[in-house]
Amino acid sequence: MPKDHGIGAASKRREDVRFLTGTGNYTDDINLPRQLYVHFLRSDIAHGEIRHIDTSTAEGMPGVKRVFTGKDFEGVGGLPCGWQVTDRHGAPMQEPAHPVIAQGKVRHVGEILAAVVADSRERARDAAEAIEFDIAELPAVVDMKAALASDAPKVHEDLTSNLCYDWGFVEDNRDKVDEAIRTAAHVTTLELVNNRLVANPMEPRVAVGDYHRATDESTLYTTSQNPHVIRLLMGAFVLGIPEHKLRVVAPDVGGGFGSKIFHYAEEAFVTFAARQLGRPVKWTSTRSEAFMSDAHGRDHVTKIELALDADHNFTAIRTETHANMGAYLSTFAPSVPTWLHGTLMAGNYRTPAIYVNVKAVFTNTVPVDAYRGAGRPEATYQLERVIDKAARELGVDPVELRRKNFVTEFPYATPVAVEYDTGDYNATMDKLAEIADFAGFEARRKESEARGKLRGLGVNCYIEACGIAPSNLVGQLGARAGLYDAATVRVNATGSISVMVGAHSHGQGHETSFPQVIAEMLGIDESQVDIVHGDTSKIPFGMGTYGSRSIAVCGSAMVRATEKVIAKAKKIAAHLLEASEADIELKDGQFTVAGTDKSVAWGDVTLAAYVPHNYPLEDIEPGLEETAFYDPANFTFPAGAYACEVEVDPETGKVTIERFAAADDFGNVINPMIVDGQVHGGLAQGIGQALLENCAYDANGQLVSASYMDYAMPRADDVPFYAVDHSCQTPCTHNPLGVKGCGEAGAIGSPPSVVNAVIDALHSGGHKVAHIDMPLTPSRVWAAMQG
Amino acid sequence: MHMSGTRDIRADRETVWAALLDAEVLKASVPGCQELDGTAEEGFHATVTQKVGPVKATFKGTVTLSEMKEPESLHLAGEGKGGAAGFAKGGADVTLEETEEGTRLTYDVDAKVGGKLAQLGSRVIDGFAKKMADQFFERFQEAVEGPSDPEEAPEAEATGGKKGWFKRLVKRDA
Repeated sequence: MPKDHGIGAASKRREDVRFLTGTGNYTDDINLPRQLYVHFLRSDIAHGEIRHIDTSTAEGMPGVKRVFTGKDFEGVGGLPCGWQVTDRHGAPMQEPAHPVIAQGKVRHVGEILAAVVADSRERARDAAEAIEFDIAELPAVVDMKAALASDAPKVHEDLTSNLCYDWGFVEDNRDKVDEAIRTAAHVTTLELVNNRLVANPMEPRVAVGDYHRATDESTLYTTSQNPHVIRLLMGAFVLGIPEHKLRVVAPDVGGGFGSKIFHYAEEAFVTFAARQLGRPVKWTSTRSEAFMSDAHGRDHVTKIELALDADHNFTAIRTETHANMGAYLSTFAPSVPTWLHGTLMAGNYRTPAIYVNVKAVFTNTVPVDAYRGAGRPEATYQLERVIDKAARELGVDPVELRRKNFVTEFPYATPVAVEYDTGDYNATMDKLAEIADFAGFEARRKESEARGKLRGLGVNCYIEACGIAPSNLVGQLGARAGLYDAATVRVNATGSISVMVGAHSHGQGHETSFPQVIAEMLGIDESQVDIVHGDTSKIPFGMGTYGSRSIAVCGSAMVRATEKVIAKAKKIAAHLLEASEADIELKDGQFTVAGTDKSVAWGDVTLAAYVPHNYPLEDIEPGLEETAFYDPANFTFPAGAYACEVEVDPETGKVTIERFAAADDFGNVINPMIVDGQVHGGLAQGIGQALLENCAYDANGQLVSASYMDYAMPRADDVPFYAVDHSCQTPCTHNPLGVKGCGEAGAIGSPPSVVNAVIDALHSGGHKVAHIDMPLTPSRVWAAMQG
Repeated sequence: MHMSGTRDIRADRETVWAALLDAEVLKASVPGCQELDGTAEEGFHATVTQKVGPVKATFKGTVTLSEMKEPESLHLAGEGKGGAAGFAKGGADVTLEETEEGTRLTYDVDAKVGGKLAQLGSRVIDGFAKKMADQFFERFQEAVEGPSDPEEAPEAEATGGKKGWFKRLVKRDA
């Protein structure tokens, strides 16, 4: 029987009460007395030299307090990059300056040219129209390979070229891989594009800066996934505000998908302007601004080669990827195509030799950074597509080819530096065969054919590295931050608990799932536990939420802090029960002397801690509050197998997803309902990438898909009812909860199975199509069918 | 985007050439033109209001003529800023050839848009630009040779031949 509380219970999301009744407190709900509004004048050309900006007319307009340009930020730091990649030859990546407001040049459509602060949003916008500027347009670079030509215009003239880095991984494998490919019985080659995406969280970004002269304290309210990271980056590197004078608050946040990890110019601006003007300054992004100022995702162009021996064992993988950085380095951009991508190239398979080459390129486009999955979807997509192509070329069953090459013994050290601690890929594939009903596919295909439709089945596996990340390891890899997390468990006098966590919940349901863990450990009701997150003045220094890390890293810190609480509470209980501490057991909220009926309730112990009349004051301090920092020993490795079944209309090329099944191994699961929801959402985003979404630029660097009329988000009728299962559980071996994380799996695992299914459908109709690049729009599919 | 086309105009080449340099003709020919002043030598300043897909804006800009080989060819370059709506710019190579019935005008246009126009209007921009070019030369032709509306034609015949207002103006002045 399913549990109704604690770990494993499908507890209803308590935060939904406020989200569904319009009583959430989002950043845009924050309005401070004497607040001013900023409107950013953004470049509408992709690349140009700023010759002249005249703000005098704008400054004289009604309600305008001040107009800022790049000049006002000349003495201010630029936006820092949080990861330094070292190239194949041991040199650091090329790292351009990243000003808050454009200085001298504009480098992408959407870059901030000037900022108008006025007493209303409308007046600020009107005045921005009165700013006169003269920008001499320069040729833009948009295509990555063209950007690397020796005569290409340079995005940054102080750099030697548009190449950020040329990364080889693992460089020592290179000769071995070349040799294995040369001598292979069969080599399958595939060139593909991983399409550029826009994250599109439901809530656009918002930032409110506030400053109090009397205390010299600044506060930034912002839509962030990691307020402590923003405080560190903005305080230390951009504005020079010491941490004790800077508070960052990320209240309710309506989705992020990675795009709200990064430190953005608008956050630094409102904090800076509030100090300058002595009044709060607020910015609310429009959806159009979001398209051209939120960091984009993906945008890789890849060639992958898979070598096999005569028995169809994988012998080597070689990849060459061009990864678009955009015009500037966003906070974690360099890590995405490298350490979050190359390290996953082994997938679920025993391939002894792997070499990954990545060339990161500057172009006159919006910066690109982590988006749900971040590097791992790109790795999974190319690997699972090339395996499918190899199976077709060799005439073997794609599932059997995968099974033949599965890693089956753990721990498994891949040739790309990571060690999988545990997993069971055959188990998830068996489960997939059951929930996707492989056995019934041929009958469904015949039924589709009877209606004139082509039906295809596509399967893929995925693995991801989550629970990001061991600090000492990522430090060696170039991270300029630690990636531990922290929790403070504050037990109140009457036994209720407030847990201050470094993780940030913006859709993940932490307020529900985190208390389930504590309730399980203490044997008290979940309703006795609340989570506090998102405010640097309240929570310990944690690193926030991304990379499916919250429960694996912050949850582990919470477990460690709770263990400390239990240890101290047992001392108090032992005193109250006049027993030895070693004999005290905690069960169902009662401390009992083992083997006796002597017990004391949780609430009596917590009360004693705060009203220490009868208390061992000579041995322990009063109070019951503990903090723990947790730095993971390894990544976690969620994995699974996905299947997509499509129908293709041969007349129009329209693809309809008929069935989708996901069998995941997330290790232990805290709240299965929340996990289902995470997978559902991830699948919708992956299907969106595969069939609909595409961020497009024209040759001049104009963003031509900057509204929902041109950027196709998945809607309810684009996705089927999913069959999801996470009953295959190989618990993580190195964190106390045995959890792996589930936030990104759906988006990582789904695009290849959709494309594999469409290719399968086309082949069933006699169309020998090897590959179609995402998104698989009707026109692309139809064109491919015409040969 | 790139467009090209031809128009046969029932007027001699010198008349068509003169019309191309005439501010009043250009004002009447540019769809949505509110104001246009200046000269062929020093360039024209124009204010044009247009709706492109969902974006309606007033563009202020300049038109300059160059590479003038009277009366055979010229290059026409325009650039307009529409404030928050973005910008449009383009150039046209125009050549005039004498034919039996008058003059054949050939145009070769390159145009681009930026900012919100590109972001919101890219799907409709090609069609829009073609429509603008068609309208421009339609109106230009009308200005030079008179309306092509058949109902107006008999009246025109009765008053001594069908003439556009520009042609009438030119002939009267001559």
